[in-house]
Amino acid sequence: MQLAEQLREARTKKDILLMTHLVLGYPSFAVNREVIRQMVENGVDVIELQIPFSEPMADGPMIIKANQEAIATGTKVADCLAFAAEMTAQYDIPFLFMTYYNILFKYGLKDFLTKAKDIGIRGFIIPDLPPEEGEEYLRLTRELELAAIQIFAPTSTEERMRNLAGHGAGFIYCVARRGVTGNKTEFDASFDAYLSRCRRATELPLAVGFGISSREDVQILTGKADLAVIGTATIRLVEEKGPEAVGSFIAGLRG
Amino acid sequence: MNKPGYFGQWGGAFIPEVLYETFRELREVYARAKADPAFWQEYVALMGSYSCRPTPLTHAENLSRHFGGAQIFIKREDLNHTGAHKANNVMGQGLLVKRMGKTRVIAETGAGQHGVACATMAAKFGFACTIYMGEEDVHRQRPNVFWMEKLGATVVPVTTGSRTLKDAINEAFRDWVSNMDTTHYVMGTVCGPHPFPEMVAWFQSIIGLEARKQILAVHGSLPARVYACVGGGSNAMGIFQGFLADPEVELIGVEAGGKGIETGQHAARLASRDASPGVAQGYKTMFLQDADGQMRDTHSVAAGLDYIGVSPLLTDLWEKGRVRFAAATDQEVMAALDLTIKKEGIIPALESSHAFVQAFKEAGELSGDQAVIINQSGRGDKDIFTIAHAFDDPSWKEFIRKKGEEYAAR
Repeated sequence: MQLAEQLREARTKKDILLMTHLVLGYPSFAVNREVIRQMVENGVDVIELQIPFSEPMADGPMIIKANQEAIATGTKVADCLAFAAEMTAQYDIPFLFMTYYNILFKYGLKDFLTKAKDIGIRGFIIPDLPPEEGEEYLRLTRELELAAIQIFAPTSTEERMRNLAGHGAGFIYCVARRGVTGNKTEFDASFDAYLSRCRRATELPLAVGFGISSREDVQILTGKADLAVIGTATIRLVEEKGPEAVGSFIAGLRG
Repeated sequence: MNKPGYFGQWGGAFIPEVLYETFRELREVYARAKADPAFWQEYVALMGSYSCRPTPLTHAENLSRHFGGAQIFIKREDLNHTGAHKANNVMGQGLLVKRMGKTRVIAETGAGQHGVACATMAAKFGFACTIYMGEEDVHRQRPNVFWMEKLGATVVPVTTGSRTLKDAINEAFRDWVSNMDTTHYVMGTVCGPHPFPEMVAWFQSIIGLEARKQILAVHGSLPARVYACVGGGSNAMGIFQGFLADPEVELIGVEAGGKGIETGQHAARLASRDASPGVAQGYKTMFLQDADGQMRDTHSVAAGLDYIGVSPLLTDLWEKGRVRFAAATDQEVMAALDLTIKKEGIIPALESSHAFVQAFKEAGELSGDQAVIINQSGRGDKDIFTIAHAFDDPSWKEFIRKKGEEYAAR
């Protein structure tokens, strides 16, 4: 089943889906393993695995640090692929790769996508690869039935959104606000207007990310979006309270 | 036909979606300015009244005699206001910012030259200004930080990554994605996403336009070779554009050889075999990176050349064989700098001194009726702390020690 279809089906059973994020190799694969176990056991629907890159242009301080330290402690792309293969074999939920384009480019675009397909990865979020630069990527992901997830931003015009949606698969990642990951998002009238524009532009499920960190945030999104994306919040939690705190945090986000 | 923003297979605009509209606006404003002859006239007039343009072409007679070969000419970009060719780009972009109606500018800086130039432009045009500078560079280039702050800019030390130029670029982008409505990012070099490489090269082409006219006037024929140092590549693209259409003029880009190519501690992208194609900081070029695509640490005595990538325009010209690349080591740079000061009474910046190294190596191969031009992209006297340190000058160290004691006693 294609990712979009699978998410739509999941949505018939839940008011909102949860997508969580972590940076591979940070603080270690052992901790990643424990965090993912707790996420899955507590009902997370999709997990975004970020392959660290030395120049994470779209990320905020917390995730920059995670990227840097993962690389500094020797995390290689090959390790990330092996770890992802282990996770997809163990758990039934969809796993995605999030990273920057150079990681794919340097590996060899076709080889990377083929490898990702082989190990059961379902799609990709590549924030520095707009469709104008990603013709080959879009063609190959379509061929391999992988989801090339497109990103909407509050600055995107309706025409631009329709254009992006035409290239998209799986779901649309709606960046909740300007800026980088990790800062607080205000859910005001202009946010609602933005989400309505997103909704009008595509039939794909909508995920909302950037600054989503609490049960209140998830409640606000319920009924407006299909997926809530929890990124920096869990990284911060693991940092402050250790991986064992993840389960109850995730369980408390919905419910 | 190439895709817009591509030079051969290099360049492009690998930007996050949140900046899509900002770049669309910038491309439009740039295209309109380029199509409007009055804009270029306004730019040239401004550079004439504010920045000593046209800058002279100096015949270095003593150096020419010393090497006993080609007549060496020096294009004096060091005589620009703020002491480097960076002034050309910032004033040009400043005029565009006025056209866009934005009120704030941000910039990255390595050595601090671009930061000072940008803060100067912001002061003149009345823009708010924030400069991102790697923490390591803030320490290396304190005097430039002092001037940026005096000029009214906020200098933000960048503590992520290797704390140098590339990290300052990432931080400037992170600011821009939050503040694009009021803010223009004044990229300092011919790198980054389209239209920056092409646009900055356009502003810097003023160097080559002048140099071509000047050499024909004083020497009566085109130069055999033109030398320029290459960090991001803006001064090199600036002067090379004056001669790209003249196949008889050989163009040489000189990169930072650091402690020697074989040590791995350098910033030679095209003159070494250590770089490979990649996509980072919004564009595709040859990067110094590892097998996974992670960017490596670079090294140069000259902060302005200490960078992982290189202009997509230059990578294309390199690939097509139009520009030849060489590297100069830190040690060679200090020797060339010393010689130029002694023989000509001219003090090139450490960055510019790289171009002098290669010209000096080759001058003797040419005959006395041939000319070469070295682009002196900046002046070194204002980097006295860095240069005195690089010379390991004992009396200077003594002076700093005394000054330190004096401040400590207060």
